[in-house]
Amino acid sequence: MITIDSLTKKYGGTTVVHDITFTARPGRVTGFLGPNGAGKSTSLRMTVGLTQPTEGTATISGRRFADLPNPGREVGVMLDASAQHAGRTGREILTIAQQIMGIPASRVPELLELVSLTPTEADRRVGGYSLGMRQRLGIAAALIGAPSVLILDEPANGLDPAGIRWMRDLLRDYADHGGTVLLSSHLLTEIEIIADDIVMIGQGRIVCQGSKSDLLQAGGTVVRAADVIALQHALIGAGIDATSAEDGSLRTDVDPAAVGRAAYDGGVALTELRIADSGGLEEMFLELTADTQRERTAA
Amino acid sequence: MTATTIHPADQTVRTPPRTEFAPIPLSRIVRVELRKMFDTRSGFWLIASIAVTGLLATVATVAFAPDDDLTYYNFAKAIGYPITVILPMVALLSITSEWSHRSGLTTFTYVPSRGRVVWAKTLSAVIVAVASMLFAFAAGAAGNVIGSSIAGTPTVWDLSIGHALTIVLGNLVSLSIGTMLGMLLRSSAGGLVMYFVLVLLVPNLSALLAASQDWYQNLQPWVDLPYAQSYLFEGMHTGAQWAHVATTVGLWIVLPGIFGLRRVMRSEVK
Repeated sequence: MITIDSLTKKYGGTTVVHDITFTARPGRVTGFLGPNGAGKSTSLRMTVGLTQPTEGTATISGRRFADLPNPGREVGVMLDASAQHAGRTGREILTIAQQIMGIPASRVPELLELVSLTPTEADRRVGGYSLGMRQRLGIAAALIGAPSVLILDEPANGLDPAGIRWMRDLLRDYADHGGTVLLSSHLLTEIEIIADDIVMIGQGRIVCQGSKSDLLQAGGTVVRAADVIALQHALIGAGIDATSAEDGSLRTDVDPAAVGRAAYDGGVALTELRIADSGGLEEMFLELTADTQRERTAA
Repeated sequence: MTATTIHPADQTVRTPPRTEFAPIPLSRIVRVELRKMFDTRSGFWLIASIAVTGLLATVATVAFAPDDDLTYYNFAKAIGYPITVILPMVALLSITSEWSHRSGLTTFTYVPSRGRVVWAKTLSAVIVAVASMLFAFAAGAAGNVIGSSIAGTPTVWDLSIGHALTIVLGNLVSLSIGTMLGMLLRSSAGGLVMYFVLVLLVPNLSALLAASQDWYQNLQPWVDLPYAQSYLFEGMHTGAQWAHVATTVGLWIVLPGIFGLRRVMRSEVK
């Protein structure tokens, strides 16, 4: 369980993280989603004590990270897979983790196997690793202490599609066994596939949070008719606000039943009527972060 | 993974009995930090260079020193010089690499107390220092026996235990220059540059100033660290010399060291 309470970080006059509060629960994968520069990494660094918060607290199972007697046994952390001395081998980096945590040496080959790094690869220096291999090594280092909480910053970066699927299955399995996972990403599709709960952040503020199913429900209804103008009139007549999408469909917040009724009353034949699908999350992401995004492109 | 069981329907989690892990003992952090000094090619060769240059110095002393100078003290001094130069770099890089290579992101999440990590790094550097000096004294003894027998001169043992101890202390002072700079600058490149400025440039400027300015001549032993340090290497004779050592160490190592430690504790690890 990770509890973030009113966490704020200011650098001089600039507020990078503004009063964020959320909880990552056991058995759930919590996705921390936001565009680059939104304050995700700063928030995660504050959670593990690498950055001092200006205000607020972050606790892991009720305790500040700095108060954990042997943090690696309780929280697996991967903030940047490339932040390693390039001259060490992958096996050496895991051995350092194993020794400092005081766990059996047999964990090193076990974890190498878990993340599919071959013994030959493990004996190479990480300077020569691809980003995907570094991510796998970073995951191994995070998991080696058998912690009950995982904190991962952009773990899917640099993985090929097979690697992303592997990561998804691994984290799913971890959460199903009661683990708490908090991972950040700017990759909407990845968060959508893996996360149970989503916390969206834009320019340091939480713009929305909730379970993925609730948020998807909030994505609204997609409706399409051969005669779009007639459909629009029917919806306006029923007092339903709708926006037109680029593909010619209309999108509204009300549920499909009300839209169907309005179309029926207006005598419009529908060609499509459904709950906004998984693509809706992306639209919501762009919409929610549009006014806080760096690139001010229309969503 | 702890065996937390979850009931999917209502998502309540049966909290497992909390495992209380034992705190990480300092000895374990020291062992790991010591390992980290050797486990990269650059780290390994930096420390290996102490032994290599030490052996070269022994050979050079045998080959080039005048026969009268083939005494134990001169051997120990020649072999000890590379140690004095290289050890501070070992101490410095051990600290700065956490920032320059960004490995601090993991190191400080394994051990959140940065003070303990830096302390462990300092202790590991001291262990390397003591081991290197034992090597130097042993290599010096071998060189002295071999050198004097080749030259046909009597073997002279002119290094007292007390003097040997002040040499060890002098090297520990050098080493703590590296520790201090590492904490203060937290950058490998910047730290090495400042180190050479401090040990090569500053003493020469200080000597120039002392030669031309009378007022500085009396002040020099109180403010010139390498000058005061040279007493430790050449043998302490007076209480004033100890006072000079204490003052310069306080000025150049303890004060900036405290400032650096505060920066280490508070700075952001990115």
